[in-house]
Amino acid sequence: MNPATGIKKKILRLNSLLIVFAVVFTSVFPLYWAANTSFKTRNEIFNQEQTFFPKTFIFSNYIEVFEGRKFERNILNSVIIAGGTTIFSLSVGLFCAYALARLKFRGKYFVLSAILVVSMFPQISILSPLFILLRNLRLLNTYGGLILPYTTFSLPLTIWLLTNYFREIPFGLEEAARIDGASYYQILSRIILPLAVPGLVTSGMLVFIQTWNEFLFALAFTITDKTKTIPVAIAHFQGQYETPWGTLMAATVIVTLPLIILVLFMQKRIVSGLTAGGIKE
Amino acid sequence: MKKKEKTKGQNRLSEGKLAIILISPALIIILAIAIFPLLQTVSYSMQYFDLRFPLKQEFIGFQNYGRMLHNRVFWDATWNTVFFTVVSVSLEFAAGLLIALLLHRKFIGRGIVRASVLVPWAIPTVISARMWQWMYHDQFGIINYVFIKFGIIKEGIVWLQNPETSMISIIITDVWKTTPFMALMLLAGLQLINKNMYESANIDGANSIQKFFHITIPILKPTIMVALIFRTLDAFRIFDLVKVMSYGRPPTLAYINYENLIQFLKFGYGSAISIFIFIFIFIFAFIYMKSLGKKFER
Repeated sequence: MNPATGIKKKILRLNSLLIVFAVVFTSVFPLYWAANTSFKTRNEIFNQEQTFFPKTFIFSNYIEVFEGRKFERNILNSVIIAGGTTIFSLSVGLFCAYALARLKFRGKYFVLSAILVVSMFPQISILSPLFILLRNLRLLNTYGGLILPYTTFSLPLTIWLLTNYFREIPFGLEEAARIDGASYYQILSRIILPLAVPGLVTSGMLVFIQTWNEFLFALAFTITDKTKTIPVAIAHFQGQYETPWGTLMAATVIVTLPLIILVLFMQKRIVSGLTAGGIKE
Repeated sequence: MKKKEKTKGQNRLSEGKLAIILISPALIIILAIAIFPLLQTVSYSMQYFDLRFPLKQEFIGFQNYGRMLHNRVFWDATWNTVFFTVVSVSLEFAAGLLIALLLHRKFIGRGIVRASVLVPWAIPTVISARMWQWMYHDQFGIINYVFIKFGIIKEGIVWLQNPETSMISIIITDVWKTTPFMALMLLAGLQLINKNMYESANIDGANSIQKFFHITIPILKPTIMVALIFRTLDAFRIFDLVKVMSYGRPPTLAYINYENLIQFLKFGYGSAISIFIFIFIFIFAFIYMKSLGKKFER
């Protein structure tokens, strides 16, 4: 073999390795740095000399997040709002998706267009009327006030994913059931629903994550800590004289860790859901 | 509409009627909370509507739009938004393609790379904003620290104050956050390519560059289109980073929109900006739908 080819291959290998290292490093560094900061004392944080591992390792920042900031309330708010949105979105979207995938009816194109339009919506464009609407319905600074718009904007995703999912299920099962004289209700609950579970899990996860991270509406429609979600609380995290970086970084780690674990375990599902939503074959 | 025969007296509903029942909840919600309010935004945009002076509400035609188009801040924000979108999406695309090509081959530790690439995507934008805000800190931030230690600069840059460096900071953080999504989309597209094509090309004596531009890119094109347009629509709406990380420096369209509505309570003027953003996005989305063609079979 030509010695030049051998060297060329080695250089290519080394380049790839460097790129791999660079990619992994850049992806993970901010999280590592936040964690690093979260275990440091104020003196070590507000210091010209930065350290890559705390000289003095402390937990008080994490305690302060809950004792001083009552962050558990924000976590509860996010859980209830994201959870509620997911439940409503899946319930409403499931039936709509079944109809779109299975039934013939006039106006299907109209419905699909409406759904597609909403998915392209810049949400800021309806901030003003929504604010007035929620104010009139006394829903500002309430859970319902956020669950309602969130459900609306998660429906396109849910319906799209579930419709695609339903199309994969063979017709034969329903045909057989109908011949046996089953009612629509029986077909839906006994056959369709159990088969739809994997699709519901994927959609549910994506809706939950999307809602969990939402910021614009949460910022505009919540006012007190009674309803502020995690993103709003993190955005408003201030001290009286200086930003409490240690505590703030502790809060970010607390919020990020469960999400990362969830994403790592559900990688395949999430990726297939995302790319199915994006790629039309 | 087909009518079902009454077998055992249970299938009374026609398919059409059943469809209406199943679709109504979703359709009503979408019409009421998304489509109808849009019309209201248009209506507000043509009124003098200031929440601080609710009694002075009145119809004023296109005056808000006139003021908007003559406003310096508005044009600054528009330029910033367009600049950000173009630069950010280009960088994300390049980086995403690189990572996708990387992950397409099998190698030891591929799982770790794929997992770590998902980390930026998994972290909520607001959280990333504050993590990076800390890294960009002018006195104690790690970025300035490393730059100074390596002799790249003498004094810490105040990244998030100066409009130019602020824009760079926002772009970097946004690219960090959204490249995973781009990479995943492109990777999925790559996996659709038939390996045999590369084999035939090898037999024909094609080199890597030829294979890339004549096989990979053409087949990847639909995926690239979808990913690019998706991301462009998203990038245009950028808000979270600008609001939380750099407090509106430099201003973008969504930021000044929010500012006018919720901080200044100028619901009339703010709604005009909202409609401007909507029209911009609508035109873009229209092109998107046209380019996708008629892909709905049933």
